[in-house]
Amino acid sequence: MAHKFLVHAPDDSVGVAIREIEAGEAVEGVVLSDNSVVTVKATQKIPLGHKIALQSIAAGATVIKYSIPIGVATSAIKPGEHVHVQNVKSGRW
Amino acid sequence: MNTTTVWGYRRENGTAGVRNHVVILPLDDISNAAAEGVAKLIPGTLALPHPYGRLQFGEDLELHFRTLIGAGSNPNVAACIVIGIEPIWTKRVADGIRKTGKPVEMFSIEGVGDLKTIERASRVAKEFLQAATELRRVEVPLEQLRISMKCGESDTTTGLASCPTCGVVAERLTKKGATFIFGETSELTGGEDIVAARMATEELRGKFMTMYNGYIDMIKSSGADLLGSQPTMGNIAGGLTTIEEKALGNIQKIGKCTVVGVLEPAVAPSGPGLHFMDSSSAAAEFVTLMCAAGAVIHLFPTGQGNIIGNPIEPVIKISGNPNTVATMSEHIDVDVTGILTRELTLEQAGDKLMEMIVRTANGRFTAAEALGHREFVPTKLYRSA
Repeated sequence: MAHKFLVHAPDDSVGVAIREIEAGEAVEGVVLSDNSVVTVKATQKIPLGHKIALQSIAAGATVIKYSIPIGVATSAIKPGEHVHVQNVKSGRW
Repeated sequence: MNTTTVWGYRRENGTAGVRNHVVILPLDDISNAAAEGVAKLIPGTLALPHPYGRLQFGEDLELHFRTLIGAGSNPNVAACIVIGIEPIWTKRVADGIRKTGKPVEMFSIEGVGDLKTIERASRVAKEFLQAATELRRVEVPLEQLRISMKCGESDTTTGLASCPTCGVVAERLTKKGATFIFGETSELTGGEDIVAARMATEELRGKFMTMYNGYIDMIKSSGADLLGSQPTMGNIAGGLTTIEEKALGNIQKIGKCTVVGVLEPAVAPSGPGLHFMDSSSAAAEFVTLMCAAGAVIHLFPTGQGNIIGNPIEPVIKISGNPNTVATMSEHIDVDVTGILTRELTLEQAGDKLMEMIVRTANGRFTAAEALGHREFVPTKLYRSA
């Protein structure tokens, strides 16, 4: 088990940490739908179950998981950042 | 392991249950003491205390009646005694349960008092219990068990592991003719179009969207900020950021199934296949509605560790969160953490869950049953008169 995060779909902008990821750690993830491997360098600590950005997400842009928008970035997010309530908000309420 | 048949109880109306309760059912809050008095005198019977049943009216009252009649009629119930303060509403519930053909008796307290009521009801409860303990389990095709699904204290691992595991089982069993129920109306937000697209007919799609929009309008009319309630604080701690993300994980439970029914709260499905029920996402309320709809086993994926149980319907907990499986092991029935580490495929996880469904149906207590979780929480729609 080399991977430390999982990605639901190839076009997702975030992955989910399946173990705690340390700041500065270069980590490998597996895309569930096609078993491809992606890598990213974490810039912040990512707790188990929390999301790591796989690409740059502009403020106001949608965050994609399961190939579907799960919310809107409230500030610009860089690859490797922790993606959560501090920088993403629901598009619904 | 044989996962095609289980040892269950065949009821008078042909349905199949996996538990054999003699239920002492209070119609209303003030009859709880008498119901619990009977259950104390006749150990082995099961009282279902709850806080409602007085001065309810309209749709809310109808839902209360449906919930109590449904719970008493559940195939996991061998016989039922209904106790209420006055005879008219008490009789309405007792008559509703009696339609199943199972033994039912009713008692009302006014003009008699608690103590005589408890004595009279206890004499009947003793007879019911002795008769129930003579019933034998018989072989029942697994697909004859009505199964409900809802996750709780979800996190990102439920969307990755425990919910898709339920999806695999729902696909397998509905293909064989089983009946499944899911719901959680507000918690579909962000995935409601996906659920709508799964409806078998245009008519069902319309009915579903009307229910969905109605529920969301009700929530939004409060003007409250829902962050912290939906998603919950536990969801957020587990890494879920928005309702959309939570919903997309939630609906992994229905796999690729088509939805063949859209039900009002506490209404039983009329045929096999996957049904949606308009329902709260609060665990105890939800499972109580499922119990009222005749579901005999509940599948409950959890991420952060929801501990809910139901007195009538065994609740099987499935978790893919390694922290939860380690720190709350006494609550978890099926460990699917191997999906995260890629040591377990979804199909293998489905096999594990199927095996636990069969063992539970055959009589094994779930973690929630062993720990004494008996949350019976009727849904209340609005203030009483």
